Amino acid sequence: MPGRIVIAGASLGGLRAAEHLRAAGWKGRITVVGDEPHMPYNRPPLSKEALAGKTSFESLAFRPRAAAADVEWRLGTAVTRARPAGRLVELEGGERLPFDGLVVATGTRPRRLRCEGPVVGRYTVRTLSDAEELSAALTRPGVRVVVVGAGFIGCEVAATAIGLGVTEVTVVDPEPLPMLRPLGELLARALRERHEARGVRFALGQGVAAYSGEDRVTGVVLTGGAVLPADVVVEAVGTVSNTEWLEGNGLDLSDGVLCDSALRVGGLPYVVAVGDVARFPNARYDDVPRRVEHWSIPGDTARHAARTLVAALTGAAPVPAPFAPLPSFWSDQYEYRVQSFGAPVLGTADARVLDGDPAGDVLVGYHSGGRLVGVVALGGPSAAAAAARHRAELLRQPALTAQPGEET
Amino acid sequence: MKVVVDMNKCQDHGQCVFAAPEVFQLDEGAHLVFVGEPDDSLREQVEDAADVCPLQAIAIED
Ligand SMILES: Cc1cc2nc3c(=O)[nH]c(=O)nc-3n(C[C@H](O)[C@H](O)[C@H](O)COP(=O)(O)OP(=O)(O)OC[C@H]3O[C@@H](n4cnc5c(N)ncnc54)[C@H](O)[C@@H]3O)c2cc1C
Ligand code: SF4
Repeated sequence: MPGRIVIAGASLGGLRAAEHLRAAGWKGRITVVGDEPHMPYNRPPLSKEALAGKTSFESLAFRPRAAAADVEWRLGTAVTRARPAGRLVELEGGERLPFDGLVVATGTRPRRLRCEGPVVGRYTVRTLSDAEELSAALTRPGVRVVVVGAGFIGCEVAATAIGLGVTEVTVVDPEPLPMLRPLGELLARALRERHEARGVRFALGQGVAAYSGEDRVTGVVLTGGAVLPADVVVEAVGTVSNTEWLEGNGLDLSDGVLCDSALRVGGLPYVVAVGDVARFPNARYDDVPRRVEHWSIPGDTARHAARTLVAALTGAAPVPAPFAPLPSFWSDQYEYRVQSFGAPVLGTADARVLDGDPAGDVLVGYHSGGRLVGVVALGGPSAAAAAARHRAELLRQPALTAQPGEET
Repeated sequence: MKVVVDMNKCQDHGQCVFAAPEVFQLDEGAHLVFVGEPDDSLREQVEDAADVCPLQAIAIED
């Protein structure tokens, strides 16, 4: 009876979905369709060690589990359309692939700024080739760099550029501090100071009005009127979900693809979503569906979604509990690591230093309604280890929606 | 089962420790120590550990 599961997207989420489908007992075919020419590879080093030239781009490929050795990979091929009700996807070139189950794993791409001016000299960092091109540009002598967007990826690129010997690096953001929304003011300030101590300049509280230059960018015109001279501009201003291929099916695609607490899409038992593109409620916190662009999420969603899908297709026992992962992420900037567990973003209004001090190694706790919802460490390896010691406590916390005293 | 960690890649993230605490540990100095030939009954744990390592430093060599 086993038929075929199609996985759209051949990156971390697609790979983990294939592996967990096998682990959940799926014996039928698995076909992964991905538009990049490569087997799945690890993205975080693209703004860190690989961009810095400390790790080769070739070494970033994942090693698939042995159980996934018989998975079919259709690389360099985009899925152009899906008809979930007819259990069919259409590929670039017109080929149609029928499926019994579908996994949506198409992730996100960088958002681009719509501004006047030349396009040559503007970079983003998402794919291997993006990072290879940017790496070549950053190592040209005397290059002046402007990073647009002071989120994690923008700040990592700024730190890597400094490490490569670039002397002029400016980070632009409309927010008053870098990484403010995810981390809150206390750590945002501490990180800004560390960047400034290394020579990064910030142009905060203003955006980009236009790019100047003839056939290539020579400057960034800020909304405040100032012009920053630039040879290389890196746009790190967030992401757009790759969901165009799912349009026309009545699905909620307003921000990624909406899932229920079992990671099903559009109420269909045979369609699930994983990774950056999935907007799901986390029963650990509340019933608000959110996309979570952390590296830990493709693995967590894939495990849960695979069990949901295999249960629907084979009649195996469904996963009893709603999806409730403990999110975690890290970011490396200079010799410092930011290590987070839980959902600090839900508790930035009540952030307190739990240990250390913001000038050195520090551990910050984030609270909502008096409950600890996340911890973030900034500093060396022992700071990260201190954050890890709070992980068990975060796992024990009742759901935010639970009444005080209620067990989950 | 044989476990190999590429120590040039490992950056002591400790994610492997949560997935397979019987095999991976961080020592006093927060550096990784691990059991090189764990019992086969721990295979699933070790596969999970290899999955969650951000640097993909862990290899299982049967
Ligand atoms: C530079 C960078 C640094 C990062 N650093 C960190 C970090 O330090 N810590 C952390 O926690 N997270 C980090 N992340 C986030 C992490 O890498 C992502 O969360 C993760 O890659 C998401 O995996 P995914 O498989 O869901 O999506 P993606 O990796 O986006 O994969 C989706 C795949 O689907 C393909 N695709 C899209 N549309 C189609 C289509 N129509 N047909 C076929 N294929 C399609 C895409 O080309 C892509 O290959 C970083 C991300 C980047 C880009
Ligand atoms: S998760 Fe990877 S990087 Fe972290 S300690 Fe384990 S092996 Fe090292």
